[in-house]
Amino acid sequence: MDLNYTAEQIAFRREVREWLAANVPTDPLASFDTAEGFAQHRQWEQTLASGNWGMVTWPKEYGGRACSLIEWLVFEEEYYRARAPLRVNQNGIFLLGPTLMEYGTPEQKQRFISAMASGEEMWAQGWSEPDAGSDMAAIRSTALRHGDEYVINGQKVWSTRAVYADWVFCLFRTDKDSERHQGLSFILVPLDAPGVTVRPIPQLNGLPGFAEIFFDEVRVPVFNRLGEEGQGWSIAMSTAGFERGLMLRSPARFQETAKRLVELYRQHQNDILDLSIEDAVVSSFMDAEAYALSTYQTASRLDQGGKIGPESSVNKIFWSELDQRMHETALNILAGRAELWPHASAATGVGNWLDGFLFAQSGPIYAGTNEIQRNIIAERMLGMPRK
Amino acid sequence: MNFTFSEEQLLFQSNIADYLQKEVTPEAVRATWETDTGRDEARWQQMADLGLTAMLVPEAYGGLGLKEIDFILLAYECGRVALPEPLVSTAMVATPLLASVAQDHPQCAEVLQQIATGEALVAIGHTASDFVCDAHTADFLLLPQGDEIHLLPRNAVHYTAQPSVDPSRRLFTVDWQASPQTRLAGGKAGVKLLAATLNRGALGVAAQLLGLAQTMVDMTVQYTAERKQFGRAIGSNQALKHHMANCAVSIEFALPVLHRAAYTVTQQACLADYPVSHAKVSASQAALLAAKNGIQSHGAMGYTWECDLHIFMKRAWALDKSWGHNGFHKNRLHQWLLNPAALIGADKTFGLQQAS
Ligand SMILES: Cc1cc2nc3c(=O)[nH]c(=O)nc-3n(C[C@H](O)[C@H](O)[C@H](O)COP(=O)(O)OP(=O)(O)OC[C@H]3O[C@@H](n4cnc5c(N)ncnc54)[C@H](O)[C@@H]3O)c2cc1C
Repeated sequence: MDLNYTAEQIAFRREVREWLAANVPTDPLASFDTAEGFAQHRQWEQTLASGNWGMVTWPKEYGGRACSLIEWLVFEEEYYRARAPLRVNQNGIFLLGPTLMEYGTPEQKQRFISAMASGEEMWAQGWSEPDAGSDMAAIRSTALRHGDEYVINGQKVWSTRAVYADWVFCLFRTDKDSERHQGLSFILVPLDAPGVTVRPIPQLNGLPGFAEIFFDEVRVPVFNRLGEEGQGWSIAMSTAGFERGLMLRSPARFQETAKRLVELYRQHQNDILDLSIEDAVVSSFMDAEAYALSTYQTASRLDQGGKIGPESSVNKIFWSELDQRMHETALNILAGRAELWPHASAATGVGNWLDGFLFAQSGPIYAGTNEIQRNIIAERMLGMPRK
Repeated sequence: MNFTFSEEQLLFQSNIADYLQKEVTPEAVRATWETDTGRDEARWQQMADLGLTAMLVPEAYGGLGLKEIDFILLAYECGRVALPEPLVSTAMVATPLLASVAQDHPQCAEVLQQIATGEALVAIGHTASDFVCDAHTADFLLLPQGDEIHLLPRNAVHYTAQPSVDPSRRLFTVDWQASPQTRLAGGKAGVKLLAATLNRGALGVAAQLLGLAQTMVDMTVQYTAERKQFGRAIGSNQALKHHMANCAVSIEFALPVLHRAAYTVTQQACLADYPVSHAKVSASQAALLAAKNGIQSHGAMGYTWECDLHIFMKRAWALDKSWGHNGFHKNRLHQWLLNPAALIGADKTFGLQQAS
C-alpha cells in the first residue's frame, strides 16, 4: 500500500489541470436537455476529443491515452474541480464504449468507437419498456431476422438524451417465442432510421431529458448486433456493471458537491437553527470521502488485474442516497429561498441546488432501483435464499 | 498510488483468520467467561508463539518491527471472533508507546522483550476513559496522569472490578501513586504520546467493530436461511434481505476508511486525527446497525443468552463507547471540517497524507 501519487501521476494531474484551465468554457453551457445546450455540449465533447481527453482510459487508437484507472480518477477529480460541463455522451463513453471493446468485432469497433469518442455520434440507451422496468426480462419489443437485416417493432421508454441523440443501443427479442432472459439480443439503431419515432418526455424540471421511442418496421443490418444472437442479456448485465459500478458516477462528482455543501454551510452557519444540519453536512462529507476511498481501492485492484464484483450494487445505493442527502441538506440550509429557480430576482446565492435536488430524486430509481440493488446484494453477495 | 494490501499481508490475514476461527469459537469464548480471570493464558501463549504479540515490537527488542498497517487486518480478525484477550491493546496500542520511550527507559525495553515472547501482558489506561481493561491479568500497566505517562507493575496498584455488559470485558478502576521512578514522559512529549495512543486505540477498536459487524451479518444470514415460517425460509423475505443489504453497504464503505486511517497512523501519525475519527465513527455505525438488524432478524431467539449473537452485539455496544465515544470523534470531525483552512475537495482525498 502506498497512498502517494507517483511523479508521473502528479505530472498527469498538472497536465489535466492546465488543459482544463485553458479550455473549459468560462460561461456555463445551457442545459443539454435543450437543443441549444445539446449542441454546445456536443461541441465540448469535440473539444475534449481534440485534446485526447474524451476517455483517457481508452487505447490510443480510439482517441484515448491508455491511462490506468488511478489516472482516470485523477482526471475526474480535476474535471469536477474545474467545474467542466457534464458529459452529454455518458451513455456512449461510459456504458456502450466499454461494452463495444469487450464484445464488438474489429469492424464494429472501428465503425462506432472513434465516432463516439470524437463527439460525432451521441448515444441513448433503450432498455426499459412500459411493462419492463425493474423486471427488464419482460422486454417485448422484437427484432426479427430477415436475411441480412433485423426488422424491429415495439416501444422503448425513459431513454435518456434520446431527444437529441443520434443512436440508441437496445435490447430486443430476436426469438419471438422466447421468454425472460433467453432470446434477447443487443442491437444498435440509428435514431433517424425510417420507422423510428421519438416522443420527448418532460422531466421534473420541465425539460425533455428522456423520451419514448417507437419502432415501426425499422430495418437495421445484422452488422448492428453486438455479440451473438440471444446473448443480449449477459452483455447488458456487463454494461449495467459498468454503469452502476465504476464509470458512471466517479467519486469526484460527489466530493465536489460535498465541498460546495460545506462552503454553503459555513456561509450560513450563524443563521441555522436546526442543529441536525451540521451533522448532515459533516456526515455527507465523510460519506463522499468513503466513496472515493472505496473507488481508489477498487481501481487499485482492477489495475492489478482484478475483476469488478458485486460492489457495483453497493456503490449504486451509496452514491445515489448520498446525493439525495446532500441536496436535501442544501435546501434545508437555503430554507425559504430553496424553492426559487435561480432566475428569480430574489434568488441570490441559491446556486444550482434546486435543479440538483430534483435530479437527485431519480438516482435511487435509474440504473436499477435501489430496492432491486438491495435484493441483488442480499441474494448474490450474501447468499440469502431467493424463495 | 496503490490502495491494496500486499499478497503477503492478505495471506497472513487468511492464515490468522483460520487459526482464530478454529480456536476462538463461540463455545470457547463462553468457556472463558466461566474462568476466574476471564482470560485463557494458554491461548495468549499460543498467539505469542505465532508472533502476534511481537508484531509491533521493534527488532532491537526481539520483535518483528512491523507497523499498524500490518496489524490492522489482524485487529479485524480479532473482532470477527470476539477474542476475549487484549491482543489489540497490548500489541497495537501499548507496544508502540513503550517503543517510543524505550531508549531513555531501559525497563521499557525489557517489557517489550517480554511482550514479544508472551511473558508480559500490558494494560493501558487513558484520559479518554475512567477504566482500564485487563488490569487484573496485566504484568504492567501504562497509566496517564495529566500530561504524564507512567509504567507500574501490577503489584504496585489497587484495582476494583467494574462489571461490564460484555462478560468478556474486564474493566477496572485503578488507584495508584505516581513517582519520578514510574514516569516515562510528560509535558509536550507526554501530550503527544497520549494523543497518538488515543488514535491507535480508536483505530484498533474500529477494526474490531467491523469484524464484529461482519460476523453478525454472517450469523444472521445463516440463521435466516435455516429458520422457516409460513413454510419458507424467513431469509427469503425482502424486509430481512434489505436489513442485511444495508449492513453490507455500511461495512463495505467503512473498510477503506479504516485502511486509510491505519495507513495514516503508520506514515503520518501527527495527521491521523481526522482519518481515525472518520474510521471510528463509520465502523461504529456499521457495527451498531449489524447488531440492531441482527437481533431483529433472529426474533426472540436473538434476545436469549443461549444464542451466540449477544457475544458479538455486546462487544459492539461496549467498543462503540471506548477509545473516544461517538461524540468525541464526531466533534473532532466537525472541528476539522468547518475550519476554513481545511484542505477539502475532489483532488484532496489523500491531501492529509500529502500535506507535509
Ligand atoms: C432519470 C431516469 C433516466 C433513465 N434513463 C433510462 C435510459 O436511458 N434507458 C433505459 O432503458 N431506462 C432508463 N430509465 C428507466 C429506469 O431504468 C427504470 O425507471 C427502472 O429500472 C425502474 O423501472 P420502473 O420505472 O418501471 O419502475 P417499477 O419497476 O415499476 O418500480 C416501481 C417501484 O417498485 C419497486 N419494485 C419493483 N419490483 C420490485 C421488487 N421485485 N422488489 C422490490 N421492489 C420492487 C421499485 O424498486 C420501485 O420502487 C431511466 C429512469 C430515470 C428515472
